[in-house]
Formats: sequence, C-alpha cells, structure tokens
Amino acid sequence: MVTSNTGSRTVIALVQNRAGVLARICGLFRRQGFNIASLAVGRSEQKGLSRMTFVVEGPEEVVRLVAAKLDRLIEVVKVEDISDKEHVYREMVLIKLNADNEKRGEILQLANIFNVKTVDVGVDQMTIETTGDSKDIESLLELLEPYGVIEVMRTGRVAVLKSLE
Amino acid sequence: MKKTGAQLLCEGLIHHGGTKIFGIPGGAILPLYGTLSQYPELEHILVRHEQGASHAADGFSRATGKPGICFATSGPGATNLITGMATAMMDSSPMIAITGQVSRPGIGKDSFQEIDITGASLPVTKHNYLVMNASEIPQVVKEAFYIATTGRPGPVLIDIPRDVFMEEVEFDSSYWKEEIEILGYNPPKFANNTQVDKAVKLIEKSNRPVILAGHGVIISHAYDELLKLAESVQIPVVTTLLGISSFPENHVLSLSFPGMHGVAWASLALDQADLVIAIGSRFDDRITGDTSRFATKSKKIHIDIDPAEINKNIEVDVPLIGNVKDVLNQLLPKLKPKTHIDWINHIDKLKSDHPSLKIKKTDDLIGQYVVKSLSDETKGQSVIVTGVGQHQMWAAQHYMYCSQNSWISSGGLGTMGFEVPAALGAKVGCPDKMVWSIAGDGGFQMTLSELATIVENNIKVKFALLNNNHLGMITQWQEMFFDEDYYANAYTANPDFVKLANAYGMKALSVDNNEDVRPAIREANAHDGPFLIDFKIKKEENVFPMIPSGQSVNELVEESIDGN
Ligand SMILES: Cc1ncc(C[n+]2csc(CCOP(=O)(O)OP(=O)(O)O)c2C)c(N)n1
Repeated sequence: MVTSNTGSRTVIALVQNRAGVLARICGLFRRQGFNIASLAVGRSEQKGLSRMTFVVEGPEEVVRLVAAKLDRLIEVVKVEDISDKEHVYREMVLIKLNADNEKRGEILQLANIFNVKTVDVGVDQMTIETTGDSKDIESLLELLEPYGVIEVMRTGRVAVLKSLE
Repeated sequence: MKKTGAQLLCEGLIHHGGTKIFGIPGGAILPLYGTLSQYPELEHILVRHEQGASHAADGFSRATGKPGICFATSGPGATNLITGMATAMMDSSPMIAITGQVSRPGIGKDSFQEIDITGASLPVTKHNYLVMNASEIPQVVKEAFYIATTGRPGPVLIDIPRDVFMEEVEFDSSYWKEEIEILGYNPPKFANNTQVDKAVKLIEKSNRPVILAGHGVIISHAYDELLKLAESVQIPVVTTLLGISSFPENHVLSLSFPGMHGVAWASLALDQADLVIAIGSRFDDRITGDTSRFATKSKKIHIDIDPAEINKNIEVDVPLIGNVKDVLNQLLPKLKPKTHIDWINHIDKLKSDHPSLKIKKTDDLIGQYVVKSLSDETKGQSVIVTGVGQHQMWAAQHYMYCSQNSWISSGGLGTMGFEVPAALGAKVGCPDKMVWSIAGDGGFQMTLSELATIVENNIKVKFALLNNNHLGMITQWQEMFFDEDYYANAYTANPDFVKLANAYGMKALSVDNNEDVRPAIREANAHDGPFLIDFKIKKEENVFPMIPSGQSVNELVEESIDGN
C-alpha cells in the first residue's frame, strides 16, 4: 500500500454516551501506535449522543482504516475524517502567568489582539482565556513567554464542517 | 412477574435459541448455575477448561451458523476464554460468552477473582457488556444475539456480577417478542447499484476471471448463488482457507485454494487473471503474500459486508459493500451467460504442469496419504476440524470437500488446541453429521483434557492424530528458513496416545504403515462412539507447495530439493 505523508488529521465521531466508549475508541488508535494529539468530547445536539473531535498523527490510509474500524464499534453512530473537507476548528486555552500590577495592563494590551478574556486575577498572577486555531494560540503563548507563563491548560480541538455558501 | 437476573438470562438464551452451553462454574457465576435446573431446555456441557468451552462454542457456531454459548466464572475462568474469543473474532464466528463477575460492591477493589474482563476482552470481542442491573439483562441479551449474528458476526461477552444474577426485578415476558434497533448499527444488505453495474461491466469485459470465495460465502449461506455465478459466467473458483467448502471441490470449476500452502494452479490462476472477484474474503496476507505483487494484472471487485475491509490490504476497483448473498442476488440477474474456454483450458494446463496434489509413492506413512484416504473413505462428506500446522495444511489440500460448510479451522488466529474442543462443539451442533478432527500431536496436547468431556457425553467425534512427535510446522520453518538450526521443535516424550485415549475410556488404534490406514478409518467410522487413531507419520515431511511469507507466486516452491 502506498503511504502518503504523515500529517495531523481531524476525525469527528458521533457516539453513544455510555461507560467505556472512550476506552473502546482509544484502544483502536493505540493498536495502530497512534498518538492522539488532542481529543475533545461533549454532549451533542442529540439526546444520549456525544460528539468527539480527535486530532491524530498518522498516514492518511491508516487513519482511514482506523476510522472505518471506529465505525464498526457498536456505540459509534457515525465517523468522519474531515481533514480534506472544508471545516473550521477552535481550541481553547487557559494561561496562568506572572502579572503584577505593573505588567498587567501591558499584558492585556498585548493580548487584546487575540480576543483574550481575563478569568482570574491574583496579587501577582493572572489567568486569561482565549479561543482560536492552534496557530493563534501558539503565537499568543510565544508573546506571553517573556512575562513568565506558569501553567498552560489547553483543550483539544473542536471542529465542524463549513456550511454551504 | 418478579424474576431474578439469572432467570432473565436463561429465558433470554432460550428465546434466542442459545440452548447449548459449554462451561465451568465458579463462585461468581454459581447463582446462574443454581438456576439452570429450572430450565430443562438448556443443555449445559461441563468441560474441563474454559478455553475448551470457548472453542467448543465456536465450533458449534461454525457448524450450525447459530451462536454457541459458553459460561465461565470471574477472574481465571473469564481470562481462560480470551483465546477462544480471539479465535472466533478473527474468523467472524458468532458466539456468546457469559462470565460471572464479583458482586457490585466488590468491583474495583481487587476482590478475590476479580478481573476487568470487559476491559481485557475489548480487542477480542465484537462487543461486550458489563451489566450493573438485573433489569438491563433482557435488552443486553437481545442486543448480544443481534450483534453476534448480524453484519460481520463475532463474539459478544456479557459480564454479570454475582449479585445481579440474584437481584429480583419485575419483568413482562412479552418483551422478548419486541424488535430491537441499535442506533448507528445498520449492517448493510444490498450494495450500491451504480457499483453493481460497474461490476457487471467488468465481468462482461473480462477474459480471464477468477472468483476468490471466502468465509463470507459460508456465513451468509450463499452457496447456491456462488454456484450460479460460477456456472452461468463460467468463472473458475479459488477459495480462501476459510472459504473451503463454500464451493464443491469436485466441481470442474473448482481450483482449490491459493496462497502460502495453496495449490500452485490456484495461485497461478490468480496471478494471471484479468479480473478477481473477491467474495466475503479479506485478502489475508497468507493469500496475497507481498501485496504489491499480488494479482497485479487484474481488476478487482470486492464484495464484503464490512466497509473496513475495503482497500485495507488490496486496493480494489469496485467495492460492493453488503451481505454476500444479497449482493450476489443483485448481481446475478444482470449477468449474461458467458464462456471462457481458452482461459479454462489454460488453467487445465496449469493443473497438469503443476500437479500440486499428487501424493508421492513411498513406503513411509505420510500425512498427505492419511488425509487422502480419509477423504476417499468418507467420500468427502465428513465435517473436518483441524488444529494448526502441517496437518492443517494437508487436511486443507488433500481432503476433497464436497459438502457445504464442512471445514472448521482456525484460519485467522491460527490457534493450536482448537482441534479437540472445536470438534466436540461441531459434533454437538451437528449430531447427524460425521465429524473428524485432524489433529497434530502438538495442538492435541494443548486441550486434550476435553477427551473426558467427549467420553462423558458420548460425543461421537473421530480423531485422526497425525503424530510426528514434532511441532511439524516449526521443524519445517527451521529447516527452510533457519539453516536447519532445530530448536524447541521435538516432543521426545509424547505419551502413548492409544493408552491415553483408553485411559479416558475412548477406543483407539495405532497405525504405522500404509496398509492399515484405510481399515483403521473404516473401523473408526463403524464404531458408534468417539474414536482415536494415532497415525505415526514420518517426521521429516514438509508441506508443499509453499510461497514463503511475504513473497509472491514467483517464489512458489513446488517441492523441496531432495524430492521431499
Ligand atoms: C497456541 C499456539 N501456539 C503456538 C503456535 C505456533 N505454531 C504454529 S504451527 C506449530 C506446530 C504445530 O505442531 P502440531 O500441532 O504437532 O502440528 P504439525 O505441524 O506437526 O502437523 C506451532 C507451535 C500456534 N499456532 N498456536
């Protein structure tokens, strides 16, 4: 089989919201030696069903095989590798960083271009929040680096296909 | 009416026809065993090892197409089922395993004999359940049978805590008649019509077509459809190892099986074909060898119920995703009768140029001759169950399978030890058919404790033990691929198998020369009970033809240099 370049691929699954579903799904990725780069799970618009967004690194053919095997799982209602379709995606990040009174204004100004919200302010630390695609978040983190980032908490990617124009 | 969890389970089994059970009790599952006597419809066969229970259930499933049931207790009982479930999973065999679990309050506390069997069995089951309330049992049983037997069949495990068996709940028996539906689980039936039309075009255009018939034909009972397809368009049929007995081998269009130990003309026909129609087969590496050099001159049509099989190993031109029988019925009315005289003549020439199944004349007793004699003596009408190794390949090659679904062997997992319990299960499933287990002395010793089960229940299985006092297939590989550096391949202290069988109360004979082979087989067939023949075969004997692992038909070895 010809293998194409390894890149990161985004797979969406609609699954029944039951105990053990995640273990079944992750087991199939594990078997192929895939690292799940990110994973987001949450209730969907349909009762009893959750939607998951996976980002995995692996050759397209193998991701396709895993997606087909995922579909075989009884609790998986639908799976789609949306990497080659037009889609939008977002990630969210919480960043705790050093910010005394003096720096705080500066940080907020810098961060404004990234649509940042302040979620918590302490004596000399603060926590901010933003959503965006991975690149936005990387650049924000780079920008904040000099101030002393204490903790970064990122969610996995969530993605949806674009609506028809 | 109030019912216990155990009663609900028993009713569920009866309702779904799962009445033959193979198992061993233990603490966690005892409440279920305590209920069995209330249900005379359920027949429980007490085995000697849970692996035996799982293979017996699998053998039953394969022989009947109905799910065999096995019971095991929590912990070691449950883990002993793993090999059997994996064997069934790899070969798409429906089967239901019921395991006891420690009581709910003990779960997660490393209680005595606690094992996370739903976790451990994830990769070897089609689906599994941990049932935490007795009220869920009816739905779970219903789903389990539905899942095990539909789509691509497979084993389903239901793990039930001890106290859930004993829990009483209100239940209305009319529930059993309700239909179920599982969201997102819709096994395909018919293939896409556009694809069917494309397949028809390819078949019309082809001059050198070959059908590769797999286990899917047997699972979907598409024997007649396959026969019709082959005959009306005059397409020769090769089968996969597990496709053996999907097409009568005494038919002029039958080419036996290709691949690693398949016959040369079948491998060559696949290689030279301009169209391969794979039906319910998954292009296993034992068939394809090097996938980049497999059947490169051909277009490919692939009929399979499992979308995950399409383009998994081999890229195909026309995928027909659906149930084999239904898809063939879609295809057949659209096909015009056709002949391929040149191609069939060509294949006849391949057959005479490469006489793969010719048994050499020798005074030594060899496995090939034993199998051929068994084939003749039973007129190709016996159900054959095998272990894994040389004897399995000789059984596949030299028995002429003339009756439908008469070959039961662990193809995917290659599980030694399958030969004894699976034969037991097959015979329980088909008491009116003759069942011969062709066994190797290695695999036979892995599960021979089930001889006791066989004798105890007078299960009339016959054993042809091809005893070479070696792990024969290992010896062959060490000879051919490891410079004859033999290691851990000989069994130098095998028991006297005749005495052993006798000790279990089974009749047995030993045969060490060609003259006695047929009379012994006749005696075994005439005997109304289980029987074992210990064929003391020559140990230096290899299976040919052979396409070494990962190679192609160009590397096919017809026989060894020393004329072996
Ligand atoms: C459970 C298991 N363990 C190991 C193997 C590897 N293996 C494949 S064939 C073989 C030798 C089989 O010996 P025997 O049952 O005597 O059959 P023979 O090849 O001699 O006919 C072995 C060890 C296997 N297939 N299954």
